[in-house]
Amino acid sequence: MIEFLGEVAAWFAEAENWTGARGLLPLTVAHVSLTLVAISSAAVLALPGATYLGHMGRGGFLAVSVVNIGRALPTFGVIGVLFPITLSFPVTQSPLGYWATLLAMVVLAMPPMFVNAYAGIRGVDRSHVEAARGMGMTEQQVLAKVELPLALPLVMAGIRTAAVAVVATVTLSAWVGYNTLGAYIFVGFAQRDDVLVFVGGLVVALLAIITDVALGWVERRTDPLRRRRIPRQDGAASGSLYHQELSQSPLG
Amino acid sequence: MILGQERPFIEWDWISRNIDEIGQATVEHFTHTALAVSIGLVLSFGLSLAALRWRQAYAPITWVTGVLYTIPSIALFTFLVPIFGLNSLLTSQIALVSYTLLILIRNIVAGVRGVPEQVTEASRGMGMTDRRIFLSIKLPLALPAIIAGVRVAAVTTIGLVTLTVLVGQGGYGLFILRGISRQFLTEALVGTSLSVMMAVVVDTSLAGLERLVTPWNRSASGT
Repeated sequence: MIEFLGEVAAWFAEAENWTGARGLLPLTVAHVSLTLVAISSAAVLALPGATYLGHMGRGGFLAVSVVNIGRALPTFGVIGVLFPITLSFPVTQSPLGYWATLLAMVVLAMPPMFVNAYAGIRGVDRSHVEAARGMGMTEQQVLAKVELPLALPLVMAGIRTAAVAVVATVTLSAWVGYNTLGAYIFVGFAQRDDVLVFVGGLVVALLAIITDVALGWVERRTDPLRRRRIPRQDGAASGSLYHQELSQSPLG
Repeated sequence: MILGQERPFIEWDWISRNIDEIGQATVEHFTHTALAVSIGLVLSFGLSLAALRWRQAYAPITWVTGVLYTIPSIALFTFLVPIFGLNSLLTSQIALVSYTLLILIRNIVAGVRGVPEQVTEASRGMGMTDRRIFLSIKLPLALPAIIAGVRVAAVTTIGLVTLTVLVGQGGYGLFILRGISRQFLTEALVGTSLSVMMAVVVDTSLAGLERLVTPWNRSASGT
């Protein structure tokens, strides 16, 4: 065990392993950029619809279905299905494996974003909305100045859940030929190199935990009532709980 | 087919030619899932009892299981490979089980704590011991929450079992992996759709089980 960890440490001590063609730095950059592109695309696709449906108070059944389908879809399978399909279109052929991974990550990221944003907007206390309307706000103002700020922590919780899942799962891109940090695990498995496999897993796990902690911090910062010390909640199920507590505490 | 090189979108005859292997993969996929969820349920039940008995234990238990939940499954495989080897049932099971813990513990504890105080007071007034109250009052009333947790854990695990092929374990993941390496859509599609179908069937069955074991909810919602 000690010997093994020594070999891992020796791997990290090698400069070539940081800056070389398959070095830690370029692979981390590829890993994180693919994650960012996937998360931004998923946000553009999921958030407007979720906000609109939440504001209109419609689409509850859709929201539940989206979570269930999202949970049942195996991402590895989605990549596997998209890979041959993307190869048959000239536009998505190169870089090898990039588009299949990106599309699968967008599919992975959309459900938690959609559901949390929907639950966040839908869960804003109706009396706040009515009060805003009574003050003469237009529907757009109600959405922009009341519903969205109050829903923001939950919207962020959805982005955080999605980002942690994507940063972990982008790893699979190596199986379809696009090099991210998953390349260490893929090559390590193929060459029976336990040290390389472990290095890959370690870095991916660290990245996932850093993402979770950093976005958790952002999530708490976005809470307009954060000084009221409301216990942090995450996930769609606890989302409604969050807003029950929120509605019990007076604004201001 | 007229054109030799032109592959149809889906080669339906692949399915009939490989029906035995598909059956075997189905059994393996289900066995891995059932094993992981069962072990997860036993462990979670023990940890939940501890969390219910000692309130201070809940925070550390959810913290540790929360970290396990955040660690990507592939990363967890890689940590276990040096210990248990590449093609090991232990490697895949430990990773799968560790994923179910947070989901199950949260639901068990919330379910038991959610039993109204009046109900337990009434049972105590009837002369029930704490043990009896837990076993015949709190636990049955917590069943909907517990089964809800098992449903989420089972559906999540069915999806994750497609990854255990990376550590040499069977199931539908083999079709996906081979579909990728041969760039053969049919095989990848079969693996993926069967995994989704198993998730739907298991989820629906567990929902049915919930109705079966909570007859009081049924009559209440029937009005």
